Amino acid sequence: MSLYATQKFLYHLNRDPAVQRRYQDDLPKLLQEYELDHEEREAILAGDIGKLYVLGSNGQLLMHFAALLGMPWADYIEAMREGVRKHGPVRAGIYAMTTSTEERVAGV
Amino acid sequence: MSLVFAGVCSHAPGITGRAHLADPALKNAFHAEFRALGESLAAAKPDALIIIAAEHFANFFMNNMPAYAIGMADHYEGPIEDPAWLGIAKTRVPGNAALSQRIIKRVMDDVDVAFAEEWKFDHGIMVPLHFLTPRFDLPVIPVNINCQGPPLTPLARAWTFGEALRSACDALPQRIALIGTGGISHWPATPDSGKINEPWDREFLARWQRNDREALLDYTDDATYRDAGQGGFEIRTFISVAAAAGGRGDVRFYAPIPIFSVGCTVATMDVI
Repeated sequence: MSLYATQKFLYHLNRDPAVQRRYQDDLPKLLQEYELDHEEREAILAGDIGKLYVLGSNGQLLMHFAALLGMPWADYIEAMREGVRKHGPVRAGIYAMTTSTEERVAGV
Repeated sequence: MSLVFAGVCSHAPGITGRAHLADPALKNAFHAEFRALGESLAAAKPDALIIIAAEHFANFFMNNMPAYAIGMADHYEGPIEDPAWLGIAKTRVPGNAALSQRIIKRVMDDVDVAFAEEWKFDHGIMVPLHFLTPRFDLPVIPVNINCQGPPLTPLARAWTFGEALRSACDALPQRIALIGTGGISHWPATPDSGKINEPWDREFLARWQRNDREALLDYTDDATYRDAGQGGFEIRTFISVAAAAGGRGDVRFYAPIPIFSVGCTVATMDVI
């Protein structure tokens, strides 16, 4: 697992309009610059917030990525819960889930 | 002159971006207190605003993560986030590189600090400025304490950093306002978003209000993570303000607003 590279990609993408343009134009080529494993690359290509969450991506990086994807707030929160349902608990980092997948903490 | 104003506030992106989803009366009361903090700040007639933030990877990453950083530019820009998502338009914010440099040099006498001639603001600074200086016309000196990528600076060091900032302000001819911004207990950017440990928050704020150094530093990161979530690491910004101001605090607003993901806080502290 190369969580560091996944997070570095998200960091570059979130803050740099030039990287955002490359994301739109040719994402596979952009991802060649990051040492990602197959699972991480597939999750990024699919915009799979739930999988990226379970892999341990820092929540702030992921939240800004979801905003960039135009995900409504409730969909973004639910995508993380769905990730845990499908793939199990968060595997790394400090953004582990402490509530249940059926809970709607803030009503969403 | 010296430090002429000190306060703290929340900065969660939902405060602006999800304002329409909150209970209107509660949201309006909070926003009104947030704006009133800006009016108090303006009444102190500051020449510049130091804002101690805990950014979320707008500038600093784990390839080269400073525990403490201070901006040293004549202008900044933000937000990095989608403006529609945050509810704040992209804008340019004035800085003051010469003033920053004087502050950085003095802080370095006590705490090693990184400096940055480029700095993009994320919600951690843009949300406070949106309420405090809505015309974005007061020069800002951004300060960051790493609260995102462990290992994190010890709380006692955050106190020393606040004292160093105060010494720097006291040596300046300009009038400086200081704002610290962070969450208290919260679990943002997770499915737990909206979870708030109100008793923990109220206990922390009580310690902060009486400016009780020993009690403020009596938290371990393990206990904070357990009781207050990873968002609780941002108490470092409040601790630095307490050290800098030295007086007693006055919490003007505190209420958990789950859709904003945080116990929403507005407070001032006497500068003594």
